[in-house]
Amino acid sequence: MFEWRRRREPSKAMLYLSPLIAIGLTMLTGMLVFGAIGYDGLRAVTAIFVTPLIEPQRWADLGVKAAPLIMIALGLAIGFRANVWNIGAEGQYVMGAIAGTGVALLTHDMTGWWILPAMALAGIAGGAAWAALPALLKVRLQVSEILTSLMLTYVAVQFLYYLVRGPWKDPDGFNFPQTKMFSTSQTLPAVAEGSLVHVGVPLAVVLALVAWFVLSKTVAGYAVRVVGRAPAAARHGGFDANRVTWSVLLAGGGLAGLAGLLEAAGPFGQLTPQFPVGYGFTAIIVAFLGRLSPVGIVFAALVLAVTYVGGEIAQSTVRLPSAATGMFQALLLFFLLATDVLVRWRLAFRARPA
Amino acid sequence: MTQPPDQTAPSRLALAHVSKSFPGVKANQDISLSVRPGEIHALLGENGAGKSTLVKIIYGVQRADEGGISFDGRPVEIASPKAARKLGIGMVFQHFSLFDGMTVLENIALGLDETVPAEELKARIRAILDSYSLPLDPDREVHTLSVGERQRIEIVRCLLQKPKLLIMDEPTSVLTPQEVERLFETLRQIAREGCSILYISHKLHEIKALCEAATILRGGKVVATCDPRIETTRRMAELMIGAELKHLQRPSGGGKAGAARLSVDKLDMPGEPPFGTSLKGVSFSAQAGEILGIAGVAGNGQAELLMALSGEHLAGQPDAIRLDGRPIGLANAGARRAAGLACVPEERNGHAAVPEFTLAENVVLTARHRLPLAPSGLIRQGPVEAYAKDVIARFDVRITGPGALAGSLSGGNLQKFIMGREIGQKPDVLVVAQPTWGVDAGAAAAIRQALVDLAAQGSAIVVISQDLDELLELSDRLCVINEGRLSQARPVAGLKLEEIGLMMGGVHGESHVAEPAHV
Repeated sequence: MFEWRRRREPSKAMLYLSPLIAIGLTMLTGMLVFGAIGYDGLRAVTAIFVTPLIEPQRWADLGVKAAPLIMIALGLAIGFRANVWNIGAEGQYVMGAIAGTGVALLTHDMTGWWILPAMALAGIAGGAAWAALPALLKVRLQVSEILTSLMLTYVAVQFLYYLVRGPWKDPDGFNFPQTKMFSTSQTLPAVAEGSLVHVGVPLAVVLALVAWFVLSKTVAGYAVRVVGRAPAAARHGGFDANRVTWSVLLAGGGLAGLAGLLEAAGPFGQLTPQFPVGYGFTAIIVAFLGRLSPVGIVFAALVLAVTYVGGEIAQSTVRLPSAATGMFQALLLFFLLATDVLVRWRLAFRARPA
Repeated sequence: MTQPPDQTAPSRLALAHVSKSFPGVKANQDISLSVRPGEIHALLGENGAGKSTLVKIIYGVQRADEGGISFDGRPVEIASPKAARKLGIGMVFQHFSLFDGMTVLENIALGLDETVPAEELKARIRAILDSYSLPLDPDREVHTLSVGERQRIEIVRCLLQKPKLLIMDEPTSVLTPQEVERLFETLRQIAREGCSILYISHKLHEIKALCEAATILRGGKVVATCDPRIETTRRMAELMIGAELKHLQRPSGGGKAGAARLSVDKLDMPGEPPFGTSLKGVSFSAQAGEILGIAGVAGNGQAELLMALSGEHLAGQPDAIRLDGRPIGLANAGARRAAGLACVPEERNGHAAVPEFTLAENVVLTARHRLPLAPSGLIRQGPVEAYAKDVIARFDVRITGPGALAGSLSGGNLQKFIMGREIGQKPDVLVVAQPTWGVDAGAAAAIRQALVDLAAQGSAIVVISQDLDELLELSDRLCVINEGRLSQARPVAGLKLEEIGLMMGGVHGESHVAEPAHV
């Protein structure tokens, strides 16, 4: 009856439409699944996907959750464009937070405008250093960065546990495993008096614009794209693939580290064992949902932020388990990859049965 | 040719009004042709004329939208290649589907529709090899074989099925002249035994030598049928391109060599495992104003030589390669281009160009060193598009504009763009591999003319090609690459085709198998 026909050229319309189709299929499947196990499926999906968008008091929360996703996904997307598969952004995110917190603990008794920038630089350096290990192993020994970056994530998380339970434990913290609260000079200012939205949110949007400019308008961005698409052509054009590998991993690690520091110095205000919430992994979905394009990533991060905020709403209103958020995110990635086929193929009605 | 084919028997293959469309293209329109039993019938046409589509329909890879096929007088539906083989249609493709790491026998067994015990298969293969006097050892691994020998595997694979119609798609594009002659002997014997052959090619002198009938396609339609034994090659070429053929315009007083622009001195480079060819002590020089041809059978180090010259593989010694006397052996591809050495590799998609990028973006790939396209790391869209448009116009690239994806262009069209992109930068030295491979005759003439003109302006040009006719037409001097070694360059004037053939196939050919006496 139906058959797949290869398109002569990849469809531009489907390139942008298929993420929307994937979102629609995710909502439909979620509704059916939760309906089948005894929940009010329609209410659950509405709570997750619609409520966060129509209740203005949730918008600040959306922005705060989207900001780290944007930053991390930008770094990942740049790498993915170059065929460098860093999936350990979570570890780089944690190491960035740890490095920035180190600066915070050292400067705890000081005040000054320079403290936050110093923490941010330390965050970038921490994330980049953690991504430098997979880069070194890949360039020197051809070890897959997929494995090394992922495994280093667990090392980073264990290191965080060690620090907050050991040397960095707050002496006045009633033995809770957490660091001291950051001082006001160490905490991100809000964009407006009394708002939850910290300066990291507009910064994430600015970084997306910078990434767009670099990728599409500079020779450095061209190098990233050409190394990913056609390595032999890149070498023919005089581009050094190893240098690109180094650059994209350092940039990706740096962005994840910065996101980690902003999260520590913003919503958390300290480091605790609950700090790694999986933004580094969710950002992989964001990068693909955003079609690896910086502008797309801003919108994709908002969609994923909606599932986080909506997941919390659904827990209280529909009594959905907290794992539901993860399930919806996974469904989204699944449908996203599945609908990708529509870009190069189309479904056609077969005139003559074979 | 012992006896004339039986005129009264029904056609072995007859196509009636076959049409096939793809989105945006009518690949075949109302094509009728008939092939008699035992006839060697040429299907002649330029790239994009519809030969491949027609052959795919006959071999069951694609279905015709309209029209009918009959085989031995009976109307047939050919739904798949398997069905085609069952009818008795065999096909030898231009690109072989062989596993390098397996033996000849294993490769043949994998391609058969039925399972045959290894010993029985070996006996049947030997019987075919004997009856056609084909030298080939069933137990050798494919990667040790020459291209001619690999082609024999495909032919044997077809003959095992006792075909009534054998389709040969551009079979001689990678063979030495001696290998071509032997292939023709085999094909004539196959035809004498009653099997028809549909021979697809654009090499006219071969068709004249081999075929008894020819159908000429242009733009998806049959434009003529003729007897190639009496038609002139010039007339057939003009029918094929639908226009008069231009002669190469050589500058008056050409051939006066200037100073050496590119000199290569004892260049050694290990080949990439497992099947790469090592370059061994390659030395040559190309002078201002000359075109140096490098002939050779595919896989003898041509790809490695090009990568070594372009800077994609570095030699390790700075003065193994010199450009106008300056050592550039350690410079990478970008630095060499900036210094004036440009290269065009054989593979277009993914090597010379990025298929997913637009033509304008592909300009940035190799033109940014010599043209002010991105002076401070920022790509200047205006000049990039202007240069792309200029190349498109000057080299007659048939495309909507610089925004078209490189991958959407036909092979010949993309080659015109790539050649134009490099020639337009006026490099001091230009090294090109297979400059007109897959390009139609009219465009090939234009590319060759552009190379001659560039040389006339004082550049040195090195053409690495397997197409001897092209090298003899273009080159001032010619050398041959064989197993990674380069012969002395000799002036083309006065060089005999047989001499070059011997230089090409002499060592590499079939030294390991006893030669039958009749060659």
